[in-house]
Amino acid sequence: MRKKSSHKNELRLRIVSTTEELLHVRKFVSGAAKQFGFNDDEINNIALAVDEACTNIIRHAYDYAEDQEITIVVTMNKSEFQVQIVDHGRRFDPEHVRMPDMKEYLSHYKRGGLGMYLMKKLMDKVEYSIQPKHNVVRLTKYLH
Amino acid sequence: MSNFKVSFRENNNVHVMDLKGYLDAHTTPHLEEAFEKLIAEKKYNILVNCKDLSYISSAGLGVFMAYIEDVRMNKGDIKLSNMSPKVFNIFDLLGFPMLYEIFKDENEAVKKFEAKS
Repeated sequence: MRKKSSHKNELRLRIVSTTEELLHVRKFVSGAAKQFGFNDDEINNIALAVDEACTNIIRHAYDYAEDQEITIVVTMNKSEFQVQIVDHGRRFDPEHVRMPDMKEYLSHYKRGGLGMYLMKKLMDKVEYSIQPKHNVVRLTKYLH
Repeated sequence: MSNFKVSFRENNNVHVMDLKGYLDAHTTPHLEEAFEKLIAEKKYNILVNCKDLSYISSAGLGVFMAYIEDVRMNKGDIKLSNMSPKVFNIFDLLGFPMLYEIFKDENEAVKKFEAKS
């Protein structure tokens, strides 16, 4: 089940926790970013960052359970484009995730764990907030 | 409906995989199967042509990391070619050109394989 809604400067998409939905998430976020005035490179970067956030939730917060929910909320204010991704899965503490040293990472043929690194590279701000009943990842990009 | 496709062909004894579409956490199993097929057939000189690859996320990049060690231990290599700037940027952002040779054109990559053999 996929549900889209909009209100003033806010667009909302609710999806089930399957990787099949990633394509729709990217389309939804790209459409909003385009409407906000970002160029193609910026639109691609934002869509990829949101894909990474949703993929992490599906894998780590929900352990690939396909009957859970993820809500994506886009808010657009002045020059600030913000995407909040909300889940009700396992709590995630970003303090315990070490950003990889890419040189070391590649030389040891490691795999996985690149999503958070990419999000931080692609967005201006990445914030996590853990609430009693849900987790929120907030990705922000400014229009220059 | 899958929005990602891998097809196989040969170019001067190099095993070419043509990728088409969107490589994300949903479609990576197709690429994993493709690598496993080639490795099972002991085909270790692998060139991934990315001409029609429209999108890659870290899940897709992870697949290349998963097989490179195995392939190189068998005296082969995974090289890549024909990436769009959009896809190359993501490889570059993560420093992948340090570990993988990425060519503008498929034939340059094939020549590099030939020079080594």
